[in-house]
Amino acid sequence: MTALYQYWLNLPLVLQMVIKGLAVIGFMFPFGGACSLIERKISAWMQGRHGPNRAIPFWIAWVPIIGPLLQRLGVFHLMADGGKMFFKEDPIPGHVNKFYFVLAPIVAMIPALTTVSVVPFGAYIDAAGQLVPLILADVDVGLLALFAVSSLGVYALILAGWASNSKYPFLGGVRASAQLISYELSMSLSILPVFLWVNAPGGSGTLSLFAVVQAQSGPWHAWSGLWFIFTMPVAALIFLVSLFAETNRLPFDMAEGEADLVGGFHTEYGSLKWGLFFVAEYSHMLIGSGVFVLLFLGGWNPLPWLPLATFAGWLGLAGNPLVVGALSIVIFLSKVLFFVFLFMWVRWTVPRFRYDQVMKLGWQKLLPLAIGNLIVYALVIAWVQVKN
Amino acid sequence: MAYVVERKPLTLAERLYLPQIFAGLRITLKHLFAPNVTLQYPEERPVIPSGYRGVPTLVRDPQGREKCVSCQLCEFVCPPKAIRITPGSVPADQPDRLHIEKAPQAFEIDMLRCIYCGLCQEVCPEEAIFLQNQYSLSGYTRAEMVNDKARLYELGGTLPDQHYKWDKKKAAAEHGNTH
Repeated sequence: MTALYQYWLNLPLVLQMVIKGLAVIGFMFPFGGACSLIERKISAWMQGRHGPNRAIPFWIAWVPIIGPLLQRLGVFHLMADGGKMFFKEDPIPGHVNKFYFVLAPIVAMIPALTTVSVVPFGAYIDAAGQLVPLILADVDVGLLALFAVSSLGVYALILAGWASNSKYPFLGGVRASAQLISYELSMSLSILPVFLWVNAPGGSGTLSLFAVVQAQSGPWHAWSGLWFIFTMPVAALIFLVSLFAETNRLPFDMAEGEADLVGGFHTEYGSLKWGLFFVAEYSHMLIGSGVFVLLFLGGWNPLPWLPLATFAGWLGLAGNPLVVGALSIVIFLSKVLFFVFLFMWVRWTVPRFRYDQVMKLGWQKLLPLAIGNLIVYALVIAWVQVKN
Repeated sequence: MAYVVERKPLTLAERLYLPQIFAGLRITLKHLFAPNVTLQYPEERPVIPSGYRGVPTLVRDPQGREKCVSCQLCEFVCPPKAIRITPGSVPADQPDRLHIEKAPQAFEIDMLRCIYCGLCQEVCPEEAIFLQNQYSLSGYTRAEMVNDKARLYELGGTLPDQHYKWDKKKAAAEHGNTH
């Protein structure tokens, strides 16, 4: 174990980073696919159906209890679907602009997998007792970089819609671009109070998500122990609604709009290219949920007023960075998974908005609310910090 | 008479939209844990209600005798013309039925034409044809989808008979009164 650790430390930094990055991508990509299965199962259960529960390799059918259970949960449909996507014919319709048509799914994937690099997904306690984030790049521009890159995702939809050279994808692409631009404003404005609070005067300014989680890991009864969802519920709400709109999820499913636009921007796509769009969408969902958890739900802290370090101390894991790291990842991921579930839950609850309602909600309701929220919190934070 | 529906202005809770969303979330969550209503078809089979109109079949009486007398009423009433009957005489090896005028030589129902209307069952004076419980049928060729006489009797089986019409007729003829 230690030899392996030493070998790892002796690797060139670039190689270490590449391996870490590939590991994260190797997690995100199948997980995005798994989300599609989760979506199918949860949709089915909410509609009183069983959902996919047929596929099973024959050698797993021999395993007594676990085999049928996995079959009932439809785990093998994921592999069947993935295998189908990889091996089926990949048609390119004759009327499309081939270059941009092929480019679009790639452009969709790149921001989806790039944004993960500034999202911390766990933390461990090093020998000096310091909390160190598990993150690919703990840069100070953190969230700004994330917003900048993730909003590139809309170009994929516009490209796909435009290059498809047919009316429904075009309409889908136009709707997607208008919607994403509208909601990005309120989304960015809604998180400003969080960073106003985190960047108290005197300290060095940062937009790092790790700093935000640190600001939520206070001890019992301290203000800093409360998660921001309790101190800034309106901001959290605006961020969540904008997140639904940004990830093109129902009830803001304008870009796809099966009912009125066939399949929206991906109408002309098939096989793996179509699959890439979906993995990208689910990756956006995962990262969006992750950012929400980090900003408003205390990241890897198990409970309000109960920071990870204290929790690990209770469990007697303080001297064991590997286990603490794994624990923090589990806590963080379970919160993220709850949000993935929330996305699906809301999908089957709220009907799709009409397009003018989407625009009205974005520009006339959320944006003024976000600005008002910012002003109120700026005053409150100024007052609180002057008092201290 | 036309009247104006009074529309009250929305309350604050309604305009906020969120209480409604939470109510909806509660309902969908309830459905998430509610038992599934889907039938796992090939393993689980539906309960067939009485009076179900499945595949039309020919039935025998409790003595195992053929009931159809080849009157061809079903053939004439059949709206999609799915039934074809070739009339013939009663075979000589059935001495207790020789007083019956006719029996079908061949009886075919084309299940690709049949519309399961049940008119054949309704029109049959002998209670010989019934639409029973079978609902699932398949075949590789068109010819396979035509049920011939042997198949129709195999599907039909035996049903109870309240009348024994032809036994009564025979007894009546032997005792010298027609009724």
